[in-house]
Parts: sequence; C-alpha cells; structure tokens
Amino acid sequence: MAWKRKDLLTIQELDPAEITLVIDTAASLREIGGREIKKVPTLRGKTIVNLFYEPSTRTRTSFEIAGKWLSADVINFAASTSSIGKGETLLDTARNIEAMSPDVVVVRHSSAGAAEMLARHLRCGVVNAGDGAHEHPTQALLDLLTIRERKGHLDGLQVAIVGDIAHSRVARSNIHGMRKLGMTVTVAGPPTLIPPHVQEFGVKVSHRLEDAIRDVDVIMMLRLQQERMTAGLIPSLREYSRYWGLTLDRLRASARADVLIMHPGPVNRGVELSPEVADGPYSVILEQTGNGVAVRMAVLFLLAGTRVTQEAA
Amino acid sequence: MIKAQVLDEAALERALTRISHEILERNGGAAALVFVGLRTRGVTLAQRLAERIAAIDGTKVPVGTLDITLYRDDLGLKTDQPVVRGTDIPFPIKGKTVILVDDVLFTGRSIRAALDALIDLGRPKMIQLAVLIDRGHRELPIRPDYVGKNLPTSRRESVAVRLKEHDGEDRVVIEAPEEG
Repeated sequence: MAWKRKDLLTIQELDPAEITLVIDTAASLREIGGREIKKVPTLRGKTIVNLFYEPSTRTRTSFEIAGKWLSADVINFAASTSSIGKGETLLDTARNIEAMSPDVVVVRHSSAGAAEMLARHLRCGVVNAGDGAHEHPTQALLDLLTIRERKGHLDGLQVAIVGDIAHSRVARSNIHGMRKLGMTVTVAGPPTLIPPHVQEFGVKVSHRLEDAIRDVDVIMMLRLQQERMTAGLIPSLREYSRYWGLTLDRLRASARADVLIMHPGPVNRGVELSPEVADGPYSVILEQTGNGVAVRMAVLFLLAGTRVTQEAA
Repeated sequence: MIKAQVLDEAALERALTRISHEILERNGGAAALVFVGLRTRGVTLAQRLAERIAAIDGTKVPVGTLDITLYRDDLGLKTDQPVVRGTDIPFPIKGKTVILVDDVLFTGRSIRAALDALIDLGRPKMIQLAVLIDRGHRELPIRPDYVGKNLPTSRRESVAVRLKEHDGEDRVVIEAPEEG
C-alpha cells in the first residue's frame, strides 16, 4: 500500500487501507518522541507552512512539532498577525505563500471547503486542519490511533459520540473513519444539535446520555461552544450540563468498566465533562494529544516525502 | 526466476556459526555487545547470531530492530513512499559495541543510513558490520567486518536471502532480472 495523494482533505475520500496506512505509519513514528534527541533527517530542506485562520493551540503546535521532529522548516501564519487582517483573500494569501515554494501548506479556516479550494489551486500538498463544520481529518486519525492502541483493534468496536454533532467537524471526520473501519457509531445530544438525516451516515441516534453510553467501548465527548447558547440551540449551559454532562456517577451507573473517554479539547470542565472524569482512569485525553504529533508526522511524511505533485488546475 | 543457489541450509548455518565465533574472538567475549538488525531479515539474522553466541559463550546479547526509512537518501526520488515500520531498540547503545546486521551488502547506502540512525540514538563505543552476503558494487566507502559469503554478481541480478521465519526455507539464491 503506497500513498498516492497530493493532499489530505477529508476522511470521507480515503479508503480503509489509506486510513490504516496513516495510522500504522504514525504508530511507527511515535518512538521518535521518546528519544533523547527528538529529530530525524527525513524532511530536511522541506518547508511546511501553517496557515491558521482560526485560533488553535493544540493543532497548530502539534503540526509544528511534527514538522520540526522530521527536520522540516515550519513557518506559522496566524490570521491575527499577518496581512490576512488587511483584507487579502484566502487564495491571494495562499498564492503568495506558494511563490515562496513550500512543500506542504496546513490550513485551518472557518469555511467548509477552504482546504479543498486551496488544494485545487496550489501545486504543493495541502492538509486540512479543520474547515468550518466540515472535516478535521488528522483529529479523526489520531483518535483512531488512540483507540487502536488501547483496544488492540478497531473492527467491531462500539462508539458513542456525544454533544454538538451538528457543528462538529471532529464528529464528521470520526464518523466517516469509524464506519469505514467497521465500527458502530451512536451519536447523542439534544435534538437541536443533531443534524437532520444524520442516519444516512450509517449512525444510530440517541437523545438520552444513559442509553447512548451503555455497553460502548468508547465515549467521545465533544466541546460545547458557548455560541450555541446565544444562538438559542440550548436553553442554558447548566441545563446542557445536567442532561449531557458526563459525571463519574453517570459513568459508573451506565458505562462499561473498560470504557475509554475521549475529548478533542479544549475541555469545558464542568460542562460536557466533570473534572473527575476528565482526569480519571477512563480518560485518554492526553494520549490523544501525544498521538496527535505522531499522526501529523505521518501525514507530513506521506505528503512531503513523496514526489506526487499535480499540476495546478 | 532463480538462476543459481548460493547457500543451502547447512551452508547458511555454518556461515552464521563461523561469524558468531569471529565476533566473540574479535571482541574478547560478548559482554559489551549489542546486536542491531536492519529490517526485516537483518533482525532475524541478528537473533540467530545472538542465539549462537548464547550457546557458545553463555552471554545473552540484546537484539534491537532498526528501520532506516527515515534516513534513506532516495526519499523523494522514488514515486512510491516506503512504509515506515519503526525502530525498536529497547536498550541504551551508549558505550556499547554495536554489531549491525544485514542480509545483503550491496551499494552500502542502507548501511550509511543505518549509521546515521544509530548515532542519533546515542554514541556507541564502536560499530561493526556483519552481513550474510557481500555482493560488491559499493557506492560508498563502507566495508563489512564479518561476511558469510562474498558473491560476485552483476548489478542487474538480485540476491534473495530466504529465511524460515519469513519464507519457509533457509537458502540464498541469485535471481535473474525479469525479461522485458
């Protein structure tokens, strides 16, 4: 199995063998993080540009560390400190960056399809680091790696994804990835935060936390964004927390003893997760972050290490 | 297509036994030794050498696995990205004599990559190289310390080391290039 793509834009477009290749590569690369000298020469002389139009600590830092451990030069452009604030369009910014000959551009943008649009216009590789409520492929890949490390396999596992499914690119990418790898997915949340026709993705829907988390192998809690309250989708944070917050008591009453608790971060402590659960023995949240670097190394290696280039459209 | 057999099972055994004795003789025992095999067959050969040394000398020499993919000098020249399968050396190599083990020594480029990879993991006292087959055609100033068999070949042929653990049989053959 060889990687053939110029870009990584969605999980939806990958086939199961491609997903497995990225996860396997990440599992092999993770060892680098445990070394005294955390650097291999693989991407020496390659340039990676982080182009972030939305605030991000975890994802941007994770790509930056991944690139640096592989010896690439990593440059960060953040919307707040660059010409983006002067009204330049995404495409103009990207073309100007391309004129500086990067090998990979990592882009996060609030509009769905932003990464795909750049990929069509740029000759270099493009990685989608989150586009609106569409996809966040590297997050799903690191989640799958984390689950496989803990459970030993993925096929046949049952997962509950809980919270704001409608606005979550993490949920969307994970649903695609999990379904492709033979996992069963239940999405759960208040009806206003569950997209209509979500069953067409091959998932079950639950409107009660206790039912959703019963007998599953993995519970993935999503971050509740405060804006959802002002938009009138939930009455109050307190009410959301009362019905959808995962507490230790609820967990013990309904979930399996070997369940994994995941969260893409940043956690709203006391809203979707109680601190005892976030820091408790079921939680693999920090492993997710650690695996994030490994997955991003794998993606950068697969994209920048190959000669797959495509003429710009 | 198999053109000729170079080593049969018994000859392969004898070569490994001789190399084991040479390693012990040259290093005055096995106390400060570690084996590091290059994926995939170098690891298997390293394990077999370690078993023999344990039988001769009573010393258990640790065996590590080295994946050189991240250190190759032809990344980006090939269209297909090689698969990374990972390095696993669960012991310190600092101050040790590392015996690097590979099945076939050809251009020397894999060994160059292996030397860089090893040195990134620590500073060994010494690195020695053991190969089952040295087929010539070196492109770098690298030479082995222990050789199972020197084998003059043409560049177009390929040498296949077949081991029970991977291929169900122990032998070394020369394969003629595919027609066309």
